[in-house]
Formats: sequence, C-alpha cells, structure tokens
Amino acid sequence: MSKVETTFVKAVADALARAMRADERVIVLGEDVAEGGPYLATVGLSEEFGRDRVRNTPISEGAVCGVAIGAAQSGLRPVVEIMFIDFLTLALDQLVNQAAKAHFMSGGQLAVPLVLRTQGGAGQRSGAQHSQSLEAWLTHIPGLKVVMPSCAADAAGLMTAAIADPNPVVFVENKTLYFRRWLVDTEPEPVPIGRARILRAGNAITLIATSRMVGDALEAAQRLAEDGIDAEVIDPRTLVPLDIETIGESVRRTGRAVIAHEAVTAGGFGAEILAQVQEAAFDCLEAPLQRVGAPFTPVPVSPALEDAYRPGAQEIHNAARVALEWDEVVTPVPEQAR
Amino acid sequence: MTDARAPIATGLLRTMWRIRCFEERVAKLKRSMQVHGLIHLSIGGEGVAAAVCGQLRDDDVVYSGHRAHGHALAKGAACERVMAELMGRADGLCQGVGGSMHLVDAEHGFLGATGVVGGNLPLALGSALAARLRGTDAVTVSFFGDGAVQAGHFHESVNLAALWRLPVIFVCENNGLAEFTSRAEHSPVDSVSDVVAPYGFERATVDGSDALDVWEAFGAFLRLGREGRGPMLLECLTHRRRGHYEGDAQEYRDAEADAVWQRLDPLAALQQRALSEGWLDEAGAAAIESGARDEVEAAVEFARASPFPDLGLPARLVYAA
Repeated sequence: MSKVETTFVKAVADALARAMRADERVIVLGEDVAEGGPYLATVGLSEEFGRDRVRNTPISEGAVCGVAIGAAQSGLRPVVEIMFIDFLTLALDQLVNQAAKAHFMSGGQLAVPLVLRTQGGAGQRSGAQHSQSLEAWLTHIPGLKVVMPSCAADAAGLMTAAIADPNPVVFVENKTLYFRRWLVDTEPEPVPIGRARILRAGNAITLIATSRMVGDALEAAQRLAEDGIDAEVIDPRTLVPLDIETIGESVRRTGRAVIAHEAVTAGGFGAEILAQVQEAAFDCLEAPLQRVGAPFTPVPVSPALEDAYRPGAQEIHNAARVALEWDEVVTPVPEQAR
Repeated sequence: MTDARAPIATGLLRTMWRIRCFEERVAKLKRSMQVHGLIHLSIGGEGVAAAVCGQLRDDDVVYSGHRAHGHALAKGAACERVMAELMGRADGLCQGVGGSMHLVDAEHGFLGATGVVGGNLPLALGSALAARLRGTDAVTVSFFGDGAVQAGHFHESVNLAALWRLPVIFVCENNGLAEFTSRAEHSPVDSVSDVVAPYGFERATVDGSDALDVWEAFGAFLRLGREGRGPMLLECLTHRRRGHYEGDAQEYRDAEADAVWQRLDPLAALQQRALSEGWLDEAGAAAIESGARDEVEAAVEFARASPFPDLGLPARLVYAA
C-alpha cells in the first residue's frame, strides 16, 4: 500500500472524516469542534459534513457527555471531545455512572457506542490543570474501554475501530505527539482494540510503554543496543482490554521488564500491568519489575521543573540498567545466616 | 365537560390503579425483604406518570430518575417483569441486575431510570437530537424531581436544550422535598418553571393531583414537540405520600401538608369525578381496581416462580458484543 506523511492529529481528523463519510450516524460534538479545535483534530469536518453533525457545544462537559450517551442509546455513533483530560473530571458522572453501566444495568438492552476523545500529558508549560495523565482512573471502571495510541497509524486505526465498537471507548491522545510526523498507509486498516504491538524485538529485557513514552522507550532501547543489550519494546495500545498474552509471553522470554508511562507512578496503570505480568511470568523473572512514571506531585509550570518532572528515555534506561544489573547489585546472603 | 373525556379518564384510572396496587404491594414485599435495595415509591403521584406516558408512542423516549416504577409501568413495561426485576430474578426487565433504580424497557422506549439525581437529564437531549437527525417526530420526555433542579446537569441541560431547540419535554414532579429537605431549604426559587424562564422555554405549572389537567397541559406540549418544537417544561405539583425511600423514618414530615394532600389524592379525586360525571359506574370502577390487584398478584407469583440469575451473568453483561 502506498504511504503518505502525516501528523498524529491529521491522522485523527482524517479517520473521523472517513468514518463520517462511511456512516451518517457518526456525529462529532464538543467545545470548538466545528472550528477545528485548539489542536486542529476536527479541522475541516464542519465544512464537509455541516454543523448538524459537527456540533459546537457550550462549556458543559457533563451535559455534553450525557448528550452523546443519550444519542448513542438512540442509535447514533457520537464522537465527543473533552478538550483536556483534566476536564473529564466534570463529565465523570456521565461516563462512569451512565455510559459504562447502561448496557449492564439494562440487562443488555442498551448499548452505548460512544467514543470520547481527549488528550493529556505534560510538556507544554500548561500547568497542573492542563497537563495531567488521568487514564488509570478510567481503567478501573468495568464497561469502559481505554485506548492510548502512540503514533499516527495507530491513532487512525484505533479511531476506526473505536467508532465501530458497540461500547464506550475513551480515546486518550497526547498533546506533545500531535504535530510529530509519521508515514502512514493512505488507506489505514482498523487496529483491533485489545491488541498490543511489538515495536522492536529483543531477548534481554522488555520495555512496556504507553502513549508518548513509547518513543522514549525506543530511544532507551537504542541506547541499550549501543551497550550490546537487546531490548524488546511493546506498546499495549489498549489499556482496557489489556493484551497480557503478548506482554506476558515477552517477559517470560526476557525475564526482566520496565513499565513506563507519563502518569504519576503511584496508582498508575503501570501498577496493574506489573501485577498482571507478575502473575503471568513470576517463575521466569530474573529481577524485580521496574516502574517508570512521574513523581507524586502536580505538574509544575516552570520549564526547569516541568522538564525534570517528565519521565523520558533516560529514566527508562536507568530502570532497565537496574533490572539488568540486579544479580550484581544484590549482596549474596552469607551461608551461616540461612 | 364533554363525554370525550370519559375514555381518557378511564384509561388514566386504569394506569393509576396499576401503579398504586403495584407500589402498595412492593411496600409490603419490602417489609418482608422480598424486594431488594433502595425502594422509592410514587404513591400519591401516579396521575403525572399516567397522563404523560399515556399519550406517548413506543418510539417516544422516556428517561426518569430513582422514583421510576410508575413511569416504567405507564410507558408500557409489563407489571410482572418489573416485579421480577425488583425481586432480583432472571425474568426481570433487566435480568435482575438493574433493580428498582435502573429500570429499562427499550421495547417500549423507556430508556431508563437512574440512581443519580439529575443524571439522566442530558441523556434525554441526546435522544431528542437523534430523533431530529433521523427526521422523525418522536419526542423525548425527561422526568425528574425538584431536587434535581439544583444539580449542575439540570442547568447545563436546559441551556443546551434551549440552544439547540430540541424536542424534549422536561416534566418536573415537584413534591416539595429533596430527599429529607424541603424546597425552601434548598432553593430560593419557589417555582421550578421560573428557573428556565430566561431560556425561552414553553413552560407551565399544573396541579399534579389533577390527572386530567396534567393530560391537557402535557398534550399541548406534545403537539408542539411533534412539530419539532421545543424544549418545554411542565412542572407538576405533587406530594410524596411515602418516605424518600421505604424505611425512611420521615421525621421531617409536615403533618398539615400531609392532611391537605391526603384529600388531594389524584386517584381518589379522578375516580370520584368519573363517577359523578357519569363517565364510569361503581361496578366499572370496582372492576378497574380489582383488575389491577389481580394483575399485581399474578406479577408477584410470576416473579416468585422466576429463578435467580446465574452467577456468570454479570461478567457477560459488562460489554456489548
């Protein structure tokens, strides 16, 4: 298939346009979406599909999310945008109490084929209320699916799959990826929800990373390769459902793993991945599983502080070295003390 | 008054007796722990459910709140399946996993109750938007209490409904109590219909104890909704005869108001009127009541005979296939 260069955000906009062309039930709503939005993720849609299907909304995240849920229950395929994941707090009642449970509570009578697009992440000096990574909250709610694409091709393919899914799918983008450039297929295939991708094969250690940290994991793997260490890099792509088969198989082979995300480490989704890897690969582990994430503070604005706050390739590399050198680090227990 | 009202009144009485008998039976079953969870009864407010839902089609959507048995029954849900749901049985409307506060009957357009006060208000807008985009004349009705008016979702929803001129009819059952607290203690605005005044709603406040009044007022709004107009707000002044939930000690009650409203029982009032206007004779009225009691007893038997759901059911219902 022929390739075309695109940005992450253009891949999202193109996927939305393709879905809207293919199915008139697909509508897009959210603050400023008919104007393209601050990151241009919906640019061109209102011109092509009109303002009935591409609807600007007031700054009413709760009601807007609820409108999308009601529309989904009545046969539409809404894609609702919450401009920053930080503002998802205002819509959580709708997402958690209504969208996630409607199919269940109705005994299967209702479906909520809804996509909630949002974006998170630090790195643009936006401060503590516009930079968070809150995806772990959503993974705790049965009934929601949570996807986090790390590149333009996955953004396109997962968006197509998310719109086709009969369940509420939270689609978490990262603002610092939006204007990076990738080569993608001119006609991208859907990416199945629930399938991880191995970006780099290796046998010494497994680096599991999500969203923006996937690029950092690849960079860390490159540095490890320069040290003669062969790291495998896996992007789960979907947090719920998690492809633990692919991840577990890798760690059983390598015996060591680093789990990296930009969210605060404590209570982050990395803890869940770690627990599931431990269950899947305990007898093969050569070293404690390592986690990389942000410190337990809100995101600071000062460039000096925010740069120090954001985990990246260096932190992943450091954690990998800890796992790889574990046998050397641990002091053997003296014979008489056993 | 013409005889054209006779069949309307008879239909209303039939629905109101079904709801009354159902809920009185549920109250007893709650005391003997045969129905489960938090049970919120609408005894004394049946006229609103009957007059509103009695004019709707199956493709008109109704959303409701936690006090929703009457709305579900009036919209067409089978008595026996609602009873089985309250008893947590496999043949319940929602296979026993939803319960009293989460009734859904999609076949009849009852897309559901919710246990979160005000939580379903914006969903009604979504359903109305879907009807508009499909080009049908279906309307959506959203039932809520006066307590929900102070929720953020209410204000966001009325603004958006008015902005998009959606064919949605907000029906407020104002019983003067938000859980245990009187309206005077939770809002400085007396009338709920005044809250939406700046948005240009068609709005009205009616005596919810007069089911025929509710029928007429709602019917007028429904005709507007069928023309694609909206939104509208109908405030029905009602009274909550029972506690907020069954088992509530009700130390907050106002005995004087209770005595007044006892005389304003919508069911007794409409039946009396039907008899005095000659729309119905004593035997006809008795037949409606006994028919409702028989239906409810049969529903209890149906529910008792239904098994509990299998233990694998919850896991199968998390995601739609």
